[in-house]
Amino acid sequence: MPSTWTKSLLELIRRTSADLPRDVEAALRQARRQEKPQSSARWALDTILANIRLARARNAPLCQDTGTLLFYCAVPFRFDTRRLTAAIHAAVRQATHEGSLRPNTIDPLTGCSCAHNLGAGAPVIHIEFAPRRTVAIRLIMKGGGSENVSTQFSLPDARLKAGRDLEGVRRCMLAAVAQAQGNGCAPGVLGVCIGGDHATGTECAKRQFLRPLNDHASEARLVALERQVLADAQKLGIGPMGFGGATTLLGVKIGALARLPACYFVSVAYMCWAFRRRGVVLDSAGRVVRQLYD
Amino acid sequence: MPVTLTYPFTSASIRRLKVGERVLLSGRIFTGRDRLHKFLAEGGHTPVSLKNGAIYHCGPVVIRAKGRWRVRAAGPTTSIREEPYMAAIIKQHGLTVIIGKGGMGAETRQACRRYGCVYLHAVGGAAQVLADTVKNVSGVHFHKNFGPTEALWELEVIDFPCLVTMDAHGHSLHELIAKLSEAKI
Repeated sequence: MPSTWTKSLLELIRRTSADLPRDVEAALRQARRQEKPQSSARWALDTILANIRLARARNAPLCQDTGTLLFYCAVPFRFDTRRLTAAIHAAVRQATHEGSLRPNTIDPLTGCSCAHNLGAGAPVIHIEFAPRRTVAIRLIMKGGGSENVSTQFSLPDARLKAGRDLEGVRRCMLAAVAQAQGNGCAPGVLGVCIGGDHATGTECAKRQFLRPLNDHASEARLVALERQVLADAQKLGIGPMGFGGATTLLGVKIGALARLPACYFVSVAYMCWAFRRRGVVLDSAGRVVRQLYD
Repeated sequence: MPVTLTYPFTSASIRRLKVGERVLLSGRIFTGRDRLHKFLAEGGHTPVSLKNGAIYHCGPVVIRAKGRWRVRAAGPTTSIREEPYMAAIIKQHGLTVIIGKGGMGAETRQACRRYGCVYLHAVGGAAQVLADTVKNVSGVHFHKNFGPTEALWELEVIDFPCLVTMDAHGHSLHELIAKLSEAKI
C-alpha cells in the first residue's frame, strides 16, 4: 500500500498536470477578448481554453510535455527529508506508470529513457527548513519548449545597446521575448532575476513562477519594471503561438539578488501558457490540510 | 471555413494551400521528433513510406490498455530543432506535410517551395483537443530504440485542426512576424 505521503503527492502531480490554476486561465480569457474575431490568434486561444476544460474534466495531462518537475518544499526544523524525497520519488514513479506523466527523462550519455522519470537530478527537489508545523509543497511542471527559449544576458550587451541599469535590463527582457517568438508557447510569463551569479540568477528567475499572476513585486522599482515590460511586450505583436496578435505575455515577475561588481546578469525564464503550478499543505502524517493557489 | 485535407497528401492538394488558412486534416500521420529526424537525415529508412505523408512533431503520452495503445495526450513539440534535417527529409522521402509548432527556418521554407510541402501549425500545449482527433494507433516503430516519446507512432486522425503558417509558395508567417516584432525593439 502506498503511504499517505505518496498518495497526497501523487494527487498533487495529477492535479498539476491536468488542472491549470485559475489565475492563469483568467488571464487567457482576458487575452481572448483582446483578439479579433476570426483571427488566428483568437482561434489559438479558443483551442487553448477548450483544452484547459477538457484536461480538467478528464484529469488528463493538459500538455503531453509534462516537463521538468520542480518541487519546492518548506518543512519544519528536524524534519526527516529522506522520507519526503522517497515519497516524491514513489509518487513520480506511479504517476509515470499510470500516464499522468510522459516518460520524459533522458540519460544524456546513453540517450536512453530513464525508468519512471527518475534520474540524476530528476525530479528537482528544493527543501528549505522553516519554523512551522506543517509541510508546504509547491509543484511546477515546466515544458521543454519554454525551457529552450529561456536565456541569460551579461551586461553591458553592445548588440542590444543594453547598459548596466534598469533600462538595460528592460532591453534584455524584450530581446528574450522577441527571440522566443512563438516557440515558448506564447502567450507566456517571464520570470526574471536581476543579479546573482550564473546559477543563482537562473534559479531565482524560475522561482518567480511560484508567485500568483496578480501579486506585486516587493520593491517599487521592480513593480514599475514588471508593468513596463508587460506593456512593451504586447506592442511587439508576436501574439498567441506567434501568429501575430495583441497578447504576447500574460505576466512578468522580477526578483533581484546581490551581484559582484564585475557581474551583471539578467536571467530570463520563460513559462508557456500551460503554466502548471499547484501546491498543498500536508500535516505530519502526510494528509492534505489545504490547497495552495486555489 | 477550414480546408479539409485527406491522406495521401498529394502535391496538387498541398500547392492549393496558403498561409493563414485553417486546415482539418484526416487520415494517417506519423509522429517523429529529434531522434527520428537525425536518423532519417543520416540515411536511415522507416518501415513505412513517408511519400505524400505527414510527419507530426510530437511525443505523445500513450498507454497500453486492454491490449491496445491509447493516446492520452498529443500536442506538437517545437519544430525548429529539426531545421538541420528537415529539407533533406522532404527531398529524400517525398514528405508533403509537416505538422508542428513554432515554425521552421529558411531551408525548410525553400524545400517546401521546391518539392511541394506545407507546414501546418497545431496549437502548442493543446494535448487533449488534439488527442481527441486520434481515432486509432495503427502501429509503432523504433519503440525500443528511440523510446516511447521519440518513437514513430502511426496515428489515424479525423479533423485534426491546424493552421498553414508556411506554404508551398515560399511564404512564412513566422518570418513575417519575426521581422515585424524585431523592428519594434
